[in-house]
Amino acid sequence: MKYQHSFRPLFILLASLAICLAPPSAQEQIDITHAGGSKRIPISLEGYTGEVLNVLTFDLEIQGFEVTGADKAQYLVSGSGNSDVTGHLTDRVSKTTLLSVKYTGGTLRSEAHTLSDAIVEKITGRSGIARTKIAFKVETGQNSEIYVADYDGHNAQQVTQDHTINRDPAWVPGRRVLYYTSYKAGNPDIYMHDLQSGTRRAFARYPGLNAGAAPSPDGRRVALVLSKGGSPDIYVCDADSGNLNQLTKTKEAESSPCWSPDGRTICFSSRHEGRSALFTVPAGGGPMRRLSTGGALNCTEPDWSPDGKQIVFTRLVGDFEICVVPAGGSAMTPLVAGEDPSWAPNSRTVIFTRRVKGKRVVSLLDVPTKQTKDIQQTSGSCSQPCWAK
Amino acid sequence: MKYTNIPKLLVAVLILSFGVVGCQPKPKSPTPIVGRTGNPIGTGEPSGIERGTPLAPDQNPRPVIGEQIPLGKRLNVEDYTPDPGRFAANTVYFDFDRATVKPGETGKIDEVVRYLQANPNQAVQIEGHCDERGTEQYNLSLGDRRALAVREYMVTAGIQAERVFTISYGEARPAVPGHNEAAWSKNRRGVFVLLTPK
Repeated sequence: MKYQHSFRPLFILLASLAICLAPPSAQEQIDITHAGGSKRIPISLEGYTGEVLNVLTFDLEIQGFEVTGADKAQYLVSGSGNSDVTGHLTDRVSKTTLLSVKYTGGTLRSEAHTLSDAIVEKITGRSGIARTKIAFKVETGQNSEIYVADYDGHNAQQVTQDHTINRDPAWVPGRRVLYYTSYKAGNPDIYMHDLQSGTRRAFARYPGLNAGAAPSPDGRRVALVLSKGGSPDIYVCDADSGNLNQLTKTKEAESSPCWSPDGRTICFSSRHEGRSALFTVPAGGGPMRRLSTGGALNCTEPDWSPDGKQIVFTRLVGDFEICVVPAGGSAMTPLVAGEDPSWAPNSRTVIFTRRVKGKRVVSLLDVPTKQTKDIQQTSGSCSQPCWAK
Repeated sequence: MKYTNIPKLLVAVLILSFGVVGCQPKPKSPTPIVGRTGNPIGTGEPSGIERGTPLAPDQNPRPVIGEQIPLGKRLNVEDYTPDPGRFAANTVYFDFDRATVKPGETGKIDEVVRYLQANPNQAVQIEGHCDERGTEQYNLSLGDRRALAVREYMVTAGIQAERVFTISYGEARPAVPGHNEAAWSKNRRGVFVLLTPK
């Protein structure tokens, strides 16, 4: 696989000083193919210490870079992070300066994240993910609550304090709004929670199971799992709970609906054919169709990449494994041990859960390089991560 | 028997067998088995009950096994006093990754059915639970399916559907801690909570 690195004009938010010294250089191609996953881009960090160094290293390593000594690096970053974060990015081969920035007005963490986003965008042409948010579930004892945090787990904030089971958090794309399931009324019901105003309302309170809410890419509809018909089936309704439409009518259990980015198709897991497998159904109703996962069995928890190309899911082969399959279905690629994957907005990084000694921890995975890193854990058992898009 | 007779014998056998086969009536297409709701069973088509079609009261609808039964009202927990201990010995256990009531488990459900028949003002909630070896969202649906399977058995046995509530806890409330089959087998379960009106 070859990644083309084109140098785009520079856009930097929050930069008080941004000097672009780099003329658009000739396109450079780096062969990054090798057996265990794509080769990482070597980059060096000079002049940073402590938290800023940790943030930059974490951000870059989970997005396809390898932080290394200057002698092995293709790109050099130098700067400081004592009061405000500065950064000077050069291409070691061509000696050209690609970026020279200084940030002010944020915490050291946020300034370091902003610098890493600028570096990632400058070198790869992709938007960085360092300033994105996640939601997840934290279980302590019998109960679990919903939290939101920076994508690396820092600055975690508790969203619910219901002292019951709260689970299945899902973001509305582009908005600070979460759907989740709560047992606070003695039944698994779906709530919509506006993080901006701190208010919430009951969204689905049908008899039986109300779970797995997944807002559509435009936020206007919600896919969900209801068992009011006598079995857990996939439904879709409007964002005001109206226009409920039943999409599946199987006797077996369905779970984990997710949307194609064009909002036309819903992918989910069903035991309809005897074992858990992935299926798709038109969001407006129609026949359910098996999604081929190349013979992978016991497939659950699909998540459709924002660019529409891939579906990441969990399969059970003794232990759980994160796998990825082209959205049209065919041979799947196993990635790492883990479960419940959720794509980042860059359609490249995935956040997932892994089990360590009976506890669950949330980790990040760079799909092309298979690099993984645990996020900062909130005390308790952390799972069901969902990436804000 | 002489060898010369064999061809004749063969012909006779052939004629006889043709006669037998030829005299049989043409096999008809299988007669569909029709349930009490008037819809074929096992065709995968939604039945009248699944669609929620109202049935005349005198029909006394009794779903056959395998049919899913729409849920009635939500359980209002304020209306009942729950007793999780009354049927502690009647917990129904399931096989790994299955939501089918095993034949060996039905006796425990029958006891609950008899109790409810003798105590018509009481109701029951079935909690569906899973072991930790499923993914979390999957387990929530599987636990629900387990509770619903027990409910279907009870309704089939004659308990009014509106007296049997269900709730899934997925894997969130294991009966036994631990990460081995001994624990898992105790966690894949349907638990009865007796509900007495306040």
